[in-house]
Amino acid sequence: MFRCIGAMALLAIALSAATLQAAAATDPLLHKPAPSFVRNDLNHQRVDLAAYRGRVVLLSFWATWCAPCQIEMPRFVAWQSRYGSDGLQIVGVSMDDDDAPVIALTRKRKVNYPIVMGDEELGTLYGGILGLPVTYLIDRNGTIIAKFKGETSLSDLETAIQKALRGR
Amino acid sequence: MQGKQIVRFIAFVAVAAVLYAIPQARAQFSGAANSASASSIPASALIQPDALNGLLKPDAKEKPLVLQVGSHVMFDQAHIPGAQYAGPGSTAAGIQSLESLVASLPKDKSMVLYCGCCPWNRCPNVGPAYRRLHDLGFTKVKVLYLANNFGDDWLGKGFPAVKGK
Repeated sequence: MFRCIGAMALLAIALSAATLQAAAATDPLLHKPAPSFVRNDLNHQRVDLAAYRGRVVLLSFWATWCAPCQIEMPRFVAWQSRYGSDGLQIVGVSMDDDDAPVIALTRKRKVNYPIVMGDEELGTLYGGILGLPVTYLIDRNGTIIAKFKGETSLSDLETAIQKALRGR
Repeated sequence: MQGKQIVRFIAFVAVAAVLYAIPQARAQFSGAANSASASSIPASALIQPDALNGLLKPDAKEKPLVLQVGSHVMFDQAHIPGAQYAGPGSTAAGIQSLESLVASLPKDKSMVLYCGCCPWNRCPNVGPAYRRLHDLGFTKVKVLYLANNFGDDWLGKGFPAVKGK
């Protein structure tokens, strides 16, 4: 009887683990160098992805009209404050069609990391950003180590950041 | 001893079930609560990706007018062949652009709207665009059901797409 219950419990744990795994999507860019780009951010400061080598980068593709992105943004602001001195750099890429709503929202939310405007070229560089949000985690060597798509578990994402900051 | 273990196991399963059910119920509720959300579109107005792909084949009798009602940046990266960009349904400018596009069309023109920017019940665009066309009196408007996004549910399933403006 208890063997049966134990087997059921193991099955339940395996199923829930599989569900969590599904949230962290696979991608051809995974374990490859992050495609480099240089853009000016909303404050007209130069953002060169390659210049962040040595830091862990959270590259967030988002938009003002994307509801799940609005849930992520305050957490990203908190993480930039909390983990910035440990080597985390968050970079936002807005896939909005124009920058006016982006400037308004990021000011309102007091975003403390650079935001650049995305376009077809930048989306294609990352394999096509055809659904939001999409977040890449890039290690200190500039390699993409994880991709998160859609409504992601933010605690899973934070755990992945902490591991990357520890260099594992 | 054995009785306590059974009780602990049942409690564990019950807690796990509740933890699983809360986000599901929240998602269902948030979709139903917003009348402009994609969830407000009647099921009879939805069309699945494979069905739309069939309607767009070269030998199809009457091809619908396909309109993308999301972001231009996404349209530029990939869109359904023959689709026209109408503007984001979540903005006044997008709705105005949609109205201009359909102004000269007969009310029984077959049309399919799509976006795929976000998970279905989070899409801000298809609901308002569908409602506007419905209010204007168009009778053959369908909305492409993309559960997750355009990348996963159209391109990822091997349906055709083209780049460009």
